[in-house]
Amino acid sequence: MITVKGLRKSFGRNEVLKGITTTINKGEVIAVIGPSGSGKSTFLRCLNRLETRIEGSIMIEGTGIEQMEGQLRKKVGMVFQHFNLFPHFTVLENITFAPGQVLKTEKTESLNDAFELLKSVGLSDKANDYPAKLSGGQKQRVAIARALAMKPEVMLFDEPTSALDPEMVKEVLQVMKNLVKSGMTMVIVTHEMAFAKEVADRVLFMDDGKLVEDETPDVFFKDPKTERAQAFLEKVI
Amino acid sequence: MNLDFAQLVPSIPYILYGIWVTLQFVAVSLVLGFFGGTVLSLFKIGKITILRWFADAYTSIFRGTPLILQMLIIYYAVPQLTGVDMGAFTAGVLTFALNSAAYISEIIRAGINAVDKGQKEAAMALGVSYQSMMLKIILPQALKNILPALMNEFITLTKESAIVSVIGALDVMRRAQIVGASNYRFFEPLLLAGLIYYLLVMLLTLAGRVVERRLAKSDYC
Ligand SMILES: Nc1ncnc2c1ncn2[C@@H]1O[C@H](COP(=O)(O)OP(=O)(O)O)[C@@H](O)[C@H]1O
Ligand SMILES: [Mg+2]
Repeated sequence: MITVKGLRKSFGRNEVLKGITTTINKGEVIAVIGPSGSGKSTFLRCLNRLETRIEGSIMIEGTGIEQMEGQLRKKVGMVFQHFNLFPHFTVLENITFAPGQVLKTEKTESLNDAFELLKSVGLSDKANDYPAKLSGGQKQRVAIARALAMKPEVMLFDEPTSALDPEMVKEVLQVMKNLVKSGMTMVIVTHEMAFAKEVADRVLFMDDGKLVEDETPDVFFKDPKTERAQAFLEKVI
Repeated sequence: MNLDFAQLVPSIPYILYGIWVTLQFVAVSLVLGFFGGTVLSLFKIGKITILRWFADAYTSIFRGTPLILQMLIIYYAVPQLTGVDMGAFTAGVLTFALNSAAYISEIIRAGINAVDKGQKEAAMALGVSYQSMMLKIILPQALKNILPALMNEFITLTKESAIVSVIGALDVMRRAQIVGASNYRFFEPLLLAGLIYYLLVMLLTLAGRVVERRLAKSDYC
């Protein structure tokens, strides 16, 4: 579904992605792991053009993403480390805003969708609260619901649990697991190794802007090929 | 020292009416200046080089020259060039609106830049257009941050508005001068004018504090 070929990205003189080539198939769950600064976020952000001016090509179902314009963001949803909820909107408004503005969905329909989504992330009772009132875990679940409200085909997650207190990690991972079960195509940058092992179809290990390993979790976690992956796993597990 | 307020008494209503003129003047200037400032600030953070350049040059010129000079140019020079005579009040409002647009655009620009850049990214990732992102997501948050600075601009404008008396607009200041000239006693009416400006400024400061406290308590922060 997503084909990445020879992806390079620089910030000034700093080359952050040094030629990434991979394919993400429909329905696959991809875990992207690697040390901090290795380019994981940048890779993810290239996929929905939050980063532009790249070299190489990224195609979704055969079309270059730079030619997709509005279609790209409809197909690809994103969840951020720091939630980025709109603080001046209620939970409900956060979820219905983009469908109304972008998809021109009828108000009643987008409200229905929003209530369904809130139910699925276990936050029906928070519909009219402002984000400031929510815990981190609740915020992130709203952020996931907000992204899903656009009915995307792919979901990108950039360290969705890294900013959370430990006791809230589980509830967010649970919501993500449900999403995996629903068959969503997902690319997840994460440091939750157990989670990656459990849900991922493939693990992409990045180091210093390169895609160093691309394996099934069984192989990767048991028997990493490169020294860099071995060293990384020793540190985090 | 001889102060004679008795002589001033019949003229007090005349001077007090100037408050209305001054407030009208300030309010209209501020509203126009706010819209102008918003547009300029959007130019400044936008991607279109010419507009950015225009907004920067505009700001630089209006902040880099005396307000009274700007006013005299607009009052005397514009009619001379165009043949349109606009009267003291209009010329004054126009000057203050154009001038405060420059200051307000800087305030708003700073306010926009202070909004977490994650907000923009979230809106972009959801496919929200630049226009709705700015109007519905970024500006409302920016305005909340800059309300104190805008209130300050309001206060400055109120005090500075006294210079429209120079071109003959009948504000508090001008009325005090007229009364002074007709009674041959300037100190008393000017003292009254000073008191009026001071009370106005205190009132606005107080109102600003109330608004600020309201905002601090509002649902989100
Ligand atoms: N907007 C940016 N401007 C300049 N450098 C950046 C920017 N974003 C990321 N970088 C740099 O790119 C490198 C990779 O960053 P990132 O993709 O965030 O890594 P990771 O997510 O793996 O920790 C880092 O060295 C970082 O400093
Ligand atoms: Mg990162």
